[in-house]
Amino acid sequence: MTARLGVVVFPGSNCEHDVVRALALTGAGPAGDGDGAGAGVTADLVWHGERSLAGYDAVVLPGGFAHGDYLRPGAIARFSPVMAALAAFAADGGPVVGICNGFQVLTEAGLLPGALQKNRGLRFVCRTVAVTVATDRTVLTEGIAPGTTLALPVNHFEGNFTCDAATLERLRAEDRVVLRYAEDVNGSVDAIAGVCNEAGNVVGLMPHPERACDALTGATDGAVLLGALVRAARRRAGVAQPA
Amino acid sequence: MRFEVLVEVRLRPGIADPQGATVERALPALGFDGVGAVRVGKAIRLAVEAADAEDAAARATAVADRLLANPVIEESVITVAP
Repeated sequence: MTARLGVVVFPGSNCEHDVVRALALTGAGPAGDGDGAGAGVTADLVWHGERSLAGYDAVVLPGGFAHGDYLRPGAIARFSPVMAALAAFAADGGPVVGICNGFQVLTEAGLLPGALQKNRGLRFVCRTVAVTVATDRTVLTEGIAPGTTLALPVNHFEGNFTCDAATLERLRAEDRVVLRYAEDVNGSVDAIAGVCNEAGNVVGLMPHPERACDALTGATDGAVLLGALVRAARRRAGVAQPA
Repeated sequence: MRFEVLVEVRLRPGIADPQGATVERALPALGFDGVGAVRVGKAIRLAVEAADAEDAAARATAVADRLLANPVIEESVITVAP
């Protein structure tokens, strides 16, 4: 029995291989190469034209520019065939994580609240920032103590999380702010870097954990988050967690 | 009939507009005093086959609501060319 993570590829996605590689480093190996099989987890790519996510135990929407980001980031991607299956998977409690452009897609699809506006000052930010875990009730942060600070790369122009006052109040009351920037990065309300749905199984975040999973490239804090996702995938698949 | 429809997509009142703020900040340096309240949106032109202008507006509104505007932060104004 193997837990299987799917990484969705839209036309214009560009972080999908990074995510598969990062999942391999945290315990999931690319399908077919045998790597990671011992850990009971595998990860592979899912084309956006797929209408079924049967067989997957967790799904990641990677960063990039899905459908060229035309109109608005995520505006066209939300109508990709795979999105109906993703909505059903999420409603069934399946772990779903949207990274950067994937976060934008999830908000456009209505699977997460709010919207991601152009950064304040129209500044493209591309650097490693300090991010604080705000809750451990999600598939991306389970087992990570709230208050933990992680160094994660951001790389975006439209990461300025925006929502109305009532939505913000609800997100706080329902413990749905997942990550906050420890500094003002892009003008996001309440310094929000990531949010989740009511159940905590759908998470969107602007930072790129997959780019901080290999000591060779100088940072491994992202593996903390992806490790939690891999555990969630194993749990959904009914695969024992390694000791 | 074929109607020319203009869909103006703009940010809802109260939603911060980083583009508008940046344009506004640039104006004094260029010598444009007394110009403010800059809000940046999108203008989208459509050709709509419809029975009459009302029908064309209704169809364009459906397109705007479903795709052209993000209701979380944006609203749209539909104008059918006479």
